[in-house]
Amino acid sequence: MSTHTISVRMENRPGALARVSQLFSRRGYNIQSLAVGPTESADISRLTLRVDCSEHSLEQIEKQMHKLVNVLRVTELRPDEAVERELALITVSVPPDRRAELVALSQVAGAQVADIGRDAITFEFVGRPDQLEAFEEVVRPYGVRELVRTGRVGLRRPSAAGRDAQPSVN
Amino acid sequence: MLGSDAVLRSLEAEGVDVAFGIPGGAILPTYDAIARGTSVRHVLARHEQGAGHMAEGYARASGKVGVAIATSGPGATNLVTPIADAWMDSTPLVAITGQVKSSLIGTDAFQEIDATGITMPIVKHSWLVQDVEELPGVMKAAFHVARTGRQGPVLVDIAKDVQEAEFDFVYPDDVDLPGWKPPHKVHPRQLREAARAIAVAQRPIVYAGGGVLNADACAELLELVDSAQLPAVVTLMGKGALPDSHPLNYGHPGMHGSKYANFALNKADLVIAVGSRFDDRVTGKVSAFAPGAKVIHFDIDAAEVGKIRHAEIPVVGPLKLALAHLATEVRTAAADGAPDRSPWLRQLEDWRAQFPFRYQKADGVLKPQTAVEALRDLAATREEDVIWTTGVGQHQMWAMQYIQCDKPRSFITSGGLGTMGYGLPAAIGAKAARPDATVICIDGDGCFQMTCQELATAALERLPIVTVILNNGWLGMVRQWQEMFYDERFAQTHLTQVAPDYAKLAEAYGCAGFTVESEDQLEDALAAAVNAGRSAVVDVRCDAEEKCFPMIPAGAAAIDIIEAPGGEVVPA
Repeated sequence: MSTHTISVRMENRPGALARVSQLFSRRGYNIQSLAVGPTESADISRLTLRVDCSEHSLEQIEKQMHKLVNVLRVTELRPDEAVERELALITVSVPPDRRAELVALSQVAGAQVADIGRDAITFEFVGRPDQLEAFEEVVRPYGVRELVRTGRVGLRRPSAAGRDAQPSVN
Repeated sequence: MLGSDAVLRSLEAEGVDVAFGIPGGAILPTYDAIARGTSVRHVLARHEQGAGHMAEGYARASGKVGVAIATSGPGATNLVTPIADAWMDSTPLVAITGQVKSSLIGTDAFQEIDATGITMPIVKHSWLVQDVEELPGVMKAAFHVARTGRQGPVLVDIAKDVQEAEFDFVYPDDVDLPGWKPPHKVHPRQLREAARAIAVAQRPIVYAGGGVLNADACAELLELVDSAQLPAVVTLMGKGALPDSHPLNYGHPGMHGSKYANFALNKADLVIAVGSRFDDRVTGKVSAFAPGAKVIHFDIDAAEVGKIRHAEIPVVGPLKLALAHLATEVRTAAADGAPDRSPWLRQLEDWRAQFPFRYQKADGVLKPQTAVEALRDLAATREEDVIWTTGVGQHQMWAMQYIQCDKPRSFITSGGLGTMGYGLPAAIGAKAARPDATVICIDGDGCFQMTCQELATAALERLPIVTVILNNGWLGMVRQWQEMFYDERFAQTHLTQVAPDYAKLAEAYGCAGFTVESEDQLEDALAAAVNAGRSAVVDVRCDAEEKCFPMIPAGAAAIDIIEAPGGEVVPA
């Protein structure tokens, strides 16, 4: 078992997402994260999903995905060949007297303040998933009240296009 | 035009001559369109499951797409089993279901069920039509998807208001499916590699499956087998793809296949899989399956290649094309001289002679195998084609073992899903597709009782079929497992042989009924049933304890196949 990032270009149609995710659930694999949204073309969406599964299963699932009528292209995004980003909103508990310290810390880490409340601040963080995790560790001692991550989105690096291109089977 | 009429015009445009179904609330407008007139013959089933299996039987007998129509809710859920069956056995099927009005969808309205949701894992694709303008395009796409690539079921769920809506109907010439790109050619390099491997193999075996029938590639398979003198085994789903009587056909491998077919696969140095999918019922323990063999895997579906067994040479594409080219390539590759395969062919012949199907006859009891042999012999005397269907269980395996099929699409069975009750409705569908043929369903008493209400359909729609029940009074295959693997604890498998009286039941449905209690009554009853001129049921009361052999216990290595226990045996 290892974690894989799959990028799927698909028609923007009802049920398309369910058909893709069902290929994982029927095998008992839990999707760690899934982000889906529009692309450069209005009738096409792109789905990026992270899943823990065996190499053999993944190959099977990719082949099954290619057979889905709404799926246009399936690519595995390998970490060294992909730009991957994730957005997180994190609400951190903080008493008024420690606000300044926390804001300064977050600025160093590259987070933005999205909202300030009486005893909490919501930060927004956009970055690589590992940077996000690092930021989460930094603020954790203050008390993370709520956290939401979009799940990673990714595109293949244009600079990786020349080497060992990994186009879809279709 | 109304949406409902558009459904019928679409079916006509797709060349559908028969559809099977049952009306109900949400599909009523479409049935009203049937009443207004259509060239499509509608066969009224008694249960939607029956309609679905009829459509499957029709598809398997004809090679065309089967069509089943049902209403929303329970109509749709009753179709789930045939849709799943078609999914597992790659049978082209368009299921059309009515759906509640668009405004009621999602409200748990009367007879509302999420049909596309329920069937999602068992269809190639499905559509919920809520805009009548989309209907013609969806119908076109549904037939296209069902019949292209690896064949299989699709579902078109049509809201009632769409069926009632007025619009300008134009049936499209083309489909607009950018994501649907089944392979249409074969990589020449892979073919050459396959041909080279075949040319140097000392112990090759073709392992042909149902994909050959679906691809209409039987002639090409025969040509390959003949020209390259390749021995072959044929799966249950592929039965008839290569004539059973062909000298190089070494029969059926698998759990209840012949010992020689299993030996042939397992001692081969090259397995040439053609439209077969290394099902667990064929391979037994995968790690011990054909351990010394290289694998060439021909399939239209890339997802089947390497799924169970690694294929050294994958060849993805249409089988008809692939096999035609392969025969030529093999001739070229073998021009430098092929290895001497006579020891291998001699070995296969020895195994065939040494391990025939066999069973022990006993005084006073009618063995089920004897009935199947009698049917085989009867069929051999018929001038017309005979098409066989079966349910699932012991009788199915005996039918596979003893029935002789020399023509494609003459053996119709539920392989992957193992759907008990499949045989009788499938026979009705086959008869609708091939009125010229005699259609015989070899059934078990357990299976028969799951769908026997369709005798009414057979009788009233004048689709005469013969059903031969190998009545052992038990859920025989389950009983066999209980005897062999559950210390003879026969939990809930006894059905009794005498109730119901199947001959009387047949008569109640307007069919001819016969009861056979001993071997001497067999021949006459079977002949009378086939010649009855209407549907007939033959209740053959046979040995309740007979077990189906040979057998590879589930999960065991195929090579450890168990033969019929000792004593005096008669070769089949």
